[in-house]
Amino acid sequence: MPDLVPPPALNHLSHLKQLEAESIHILREVVAEFDNPVMLYSVGKDSAVMVRLAQKAFFPGKLPFPLLHVDTTWKFREMITFRDAFCKEHGFDLLVHTNTAPEAVGMNPFDHGSQKHTTVMKTHALLQALEKWGFDAAFGGARRDEEKSRAKERVYSFRDKLGQWDPKNQRPELWSLYNGKINKGESIRVFPLSNWTELDVWQYIHLESIPIVPLYFAAKRPVVERDGALIMVDDARMRLEPGEVPAEMTVRFRTLGDYPLTGAIESTATTLPEIIREMLLTKHSERQGRMIDHDEKGSMETKKREGYF
Amino acid sequence: MREQDLIAVDIEGYLRTHEQKEILRLLTAGSVDDGKSTLIGRLLHDSNMVYDDQMAALRKDSAKKSSADGEIDYSLLVDGLLSEREQGITIDVAYRYFATPKRKFIIADTPGHEQYTRNMATGASTADLAVILVDARYGVLPQTRRHSFIASLLGIKHIVVAINKMDLRGYEEAVFHEIKGAYAQLAVRLGFKDVHYLPLSALRGDNVVTKSAAMPWYEGPPLLEHLETVPLTRGGNTGPLRFPVQYVLRPNLDFRGFSGTLASGTVRCGDRIMALPSRKTSTVSRIVTFDGDLAEAHADMAVTLTLADEIDVSRGDTLVHEEALPRVGRSIEAMMVWMNERPMTPRSAYLIKQGTKVASVEVHAIHERVDVNTLEPHPAMKLGLNDIGRVTLTASRALLFDAYADNHGTGAFILIDRLTNATLGAGMILGPGTDEAEAIGATGEGRVTVAERQARLGQRPAALFFVGGDPALREALAHGVERRLWDDGYTAHLLDPRDLGALRGFTELGLISLVLGDGGDDPTRPPVDAGAARVFEVQCGAGEAGESIEAIVARLRDGGIIR
Repeated sequence: MPDLVPPPALNHLSHLKQLEAESIHILREVVAEFDNPVMLYSVGKDSAVMVRLAQKAFFPGKLPFPLLHVDTTWKFREMITFRDAFCKEHGFDLLVHTNTAPEAVGMNPFDHGSQKHTTVMKTHALLQALEKWGFDAAFGGARRDEEKSRAKERVYSFRDKLGQWDPKNQRPELWSLYNGKINKGESIRVFPLSNWTELDVWQYIHLESIPIVPLYFAAKRPVVERDGALIMVDDARMRLEPGEVPAEMTVRFRTLGDYPLTGAIESTATTLPEIIREMLLTKHSERQGRMIDHDEKGSMETKKREGYF
Repeated sequence: MREQDLIAVDIEGYLRTHEQKEILRLLTAGSVDDGKSTLIGRLLHDSNMVYDDQMAALRKDSAKKSSADGEIDYSLLVDGLLSEREQGITIDVAYRYFATPKRKFIIADTPGHEQYTRNMATGASTADLAVILVDARYGVLPQTRRHSFIASLLGIKHIVVAINKMDLRGYEEAVFHEIKGAYAQLAVRLGFKDVHYLPLSALRGDNVVTKSAAMPWYEGPPLLEHLETVPLTRGGNTGPLRFPVQYVLRPNLDFRGFSGTLASGTVRCGDRIMALPSRKTSTVSRIVTFDGDLAEAHADMAVTLTLADEIDVSRGDTLVHEEALPRVGRSIEAMMVWMNERPMTPRSAYLIKQGTKVASVEVHAIHERVDVNTLEPHPAMKLGLNDIGRVTLTASRALLFDAYADNHGTGAFILIDRLTNATLGAGMILGPGTDEAEAIGATGEGRVTVAERQARLGQRPAALFFVGGDPALREALAHGVERRLWDDGYTAHLLDPRDLGALRGFTELGLISLVLGDGGDDPTRPPVDAGAARVFEVQCGAGEAGESIEAIVARLRDGGIIR
């Protein structure tokens, strides 16, 4: 018999162990009850945690579903490099989808604004991908602590045939009894990290030594300051305004997305404990760096109604 | 050392402490104007969970709402959706998160509006503790009783009665004691063992995070300190082993594991276990996790078990220790919280999800509805949206269960609509069904019994002899009764008097036989062996001389043949 891991103290699972067990329960439940699940893989820290939890849920088996990355073509280059190496190393079945419909031709965040760009390249692209492969359940890494409208999100978020979310028509969710019954053409989004906070995610990454994209750590990067945000000049497509000159600054990112829409913060944190320390002592919420949330009042709720994660 | 200082100078040390924190899940219940959102906003704010950009947005929103004389409106921190911001009330369960050096907290913020019993039940289902808000100006109101009743129904063990808006009653000690005395009676009635009373003002911050200078007469800790220190009775580990099999893991031919989360109890390697409902036994060979094999696993842990023998186990089965078996049966009596606009009615069929098992279920009986404001039971024919009542359900397959009071994991269930898939209601099992449905063989083995047939059909056998009137009239009336019973969900059939010898057989099948007299003055009457069937005589005739279909159905109902 192999060496056994000592059991946790009776009647005391630490909060991370509790959260982990709860997430594993959700992952297994969906795989047991749905025909064709998929995991949305955004390459960010929450996805990293979600993938690790899935590995744990189905150990010693492989992931019983593919990973899906919706690529807007404006992701940081380092994210794509990391994604490909990570999936290859673990033998994950990676699907990548980009919106190539006529509406998406020439779409970019500079000319079309963050809102329209996000709707077409993320929301529409996601719906296309779910339809293309016929997925009936999609795991997402969203957390309830991210934003006010997320606080009311169910673990199983029911979407109609158009992939839309109706906040008034969500199913009551009691205990850990999830209702996975759907009719043909309908689907659910599932959020195994619902009860995790940003701190929980970082701490888990630290404890579990989960690899993450280097962009989360501070390094010298070329940035311009625009509308109060530090935008990294990641490739030649970055449009500089007259007078803007990229400057090398020591920065890192709290969240990752499309590089022209993701603000960096000045930081010298190059280790996970340093990142956590900064986060705990900081005065700004995580989503502040995301330009897409601030476009209009209740904007996350509006996006979700349309089918955004 | 303060937590913030520890973070600054010794982040690694902080992380080691933080790792060991446990989670307290709490529920806040109060009516629209009790100041619940303000209290939660205040907890988040005063425990440093609000960032500068959120504060800036809050100041802006507070000014716009021009609420309490230019002060910051903390409730805006938690009122999330556009639709409810417009209405100024919270309409759904929202979850909030914060942590202190001692614990991580998950708050289920549930609205107190009349029609939202279902939201409170939802939030209460996972809560360890409930904060019941009472407005110091009004004291214990019907909604206080309602919130407390739901908390007790869902089995919340720890109660905090937060007597809010003390500032509006001059912070007077007498007010506090008056309300405390009134609530104590309710607490006794509901069987609460751990009730803590706290005078506070969420708006002014009195006794929320810091002790109130305005109420020196109150010697207890402020709310946050109480939440940080109240000992939690979870007790799941000491209960009997209940391992609902969630997923059969078969990655290759050499590995067959049963994945699941322990609902209660402890399982160790080498334990003799029994799979239910098959009653096959085996021994636990390994407790497999990604982080290495375990020697034992406790309640709430998600693990994979492998067994020494190749016994047939699938999702929906439960692994238990032989010496502590759950109840097995198809009939359950339960308290039900109904959550759908379409009411629950007797004889309706739904899907039940209990643990990892899904089965068909029929409403055998609705015994009573509880008035949530007075806590009094009333007879009821149905349960409407937000009604709470006691019911008996009969499942198509044997269920494995414990009383909810003993075991939340195996005593809770939801009902699902077979067509719309909506979650219709939540149930808490009291025990096995108490009427004839209980006669059903516990394991569903062997010959199908008369009692089982009766339970399936939801009726008792009867023989109705249609006498008097002319043959055409008799036949028309019998057909009318047959149709009416059929439409109501019962099974009756016409029987020619020449075939009366078969009546006993139909009785054993549980049917209602409608026997047509042969006309004339000599109705075919006993001696007939009707077995266990109740015999009724139906007078046929035109107008007043004959019985109406309504009258016949009413007699059957009074006679206990149908409901």
